[in-house]
Amino acid sequence: MRPFFLFFLLLGLFACKQPNAYGDGAMLYEKHCANCHGEQGEGLEELIPPLAQADALMQAGTAAACWIRYGLDGPILVNGQEFDNEMPENKALSAVEITNVLNYIRNSWGNKGEFLQLDQVQNQLLNCQK
Amino acid sequence: MNTKFFIFLLALALLGACNSGPQKILPVLGQPEVTERTVDGKTVYDSTEHKIPDFSLYNQEGENITQATVKGKVYVADFFFTSCPTICPKVKANLKKVYKEYKDQDDFLLLSHSIDVKHDTIGRLAWYADKFNIDAKSWHLLTGKHEDIYKLSPEYLIAALVDEGVPGGFDHSGAVALVDRHRRIRGMYDGTDPEKMKDLIKDIAILLAEK
Repeated sequence: MRPFFLFFLLLGLFACKQPNAYGDGAMLYEKHCANCHGEQGEGLEELIPPLAQADALMQAGTAAACWIRYGLDGPILVNGQEFDNEMPENKALSAVEITNVLNYIRNSWGNKGEFLQLDQVQNQLLNCQK
Repeated sequence: MNTKFFIFLLALALLGACNSGPQKILPVLGQPEVTERTVDGKTVYDSTEHKIPDFSLYNQEGENITQATVKGKVYVADFFFTSCPTICPKVKANLKKVYKEYKDQDDFLLLSHSIDVKHDTIGRLAWYADKFNIDAKSWHLLTGKHEDIYKLSPEYLIAALVDEGVPGGFDHSGAVALVDRHRRIRGMYDGTDPEKMKDLIKDIAILLAEK
């Protein structure tokens, strides 16, 4: 009887632990981005653009790494809506952290994007328009 | 045995009475002010409840907003700034739910005070209100003299200070104060917590029912 019980206990434990490929990105997002862009990437009305199902984010690819590091100043069109509010820089985030955040937001809240590699993001960060 | 059962029944009846009784009464918050006066040669102390003092600020439409604007009204007060990269957007998103619930109520208002008056001019607040889709009839975004706003924030039991060391340059709490028709604070809520906003929405109804 005992081994059986143990087996079910273990099964239960594994069932609880949902594998999340973007765990680090999720934690970084919560800490550095969610205050403005929202827990569900919903943004704030016409003040702060959404990230969930946002065409500008998905089309930008690795270029979004520059937005995260250096912020954004000036208007941006997201799903046909213009947003013109300054986004602050996040210079404390490393290339690895930015890669994790990007892969998380590109694959959450209905977004589906190809996985961005660290070297792609590193290259992009050397070529930001700033 | 019978007495015990009777007491049990009585207790049950009392519990039931509590539930069907009047709604909960919200406490008056803040330090009461003690004043002394002399009556027949003896010193007598009086205590008066903490009240929000008179103020004079400007909203997003350039209107002068004073104690006369909130006279006899229930209102919610918070402190923010439009370029805030930390908790403000979260608090604003939460307060929008409160606004939607009560915006058509004539005797209810929201007052959001900017702690960055240099940057948050009337024009900037008008832009923000437009993009945030709120009406100055029920939600005033306020600016004015720096010292006036920083004198007002502790009256609402809310901390705000200029601090170059924090993102955005201003440190402040996400607290929200609920004020009754007599300018007394009757509740404090964490504006970043959606659950606390549900309490706030319920408590506003209690204050609106008060005369």
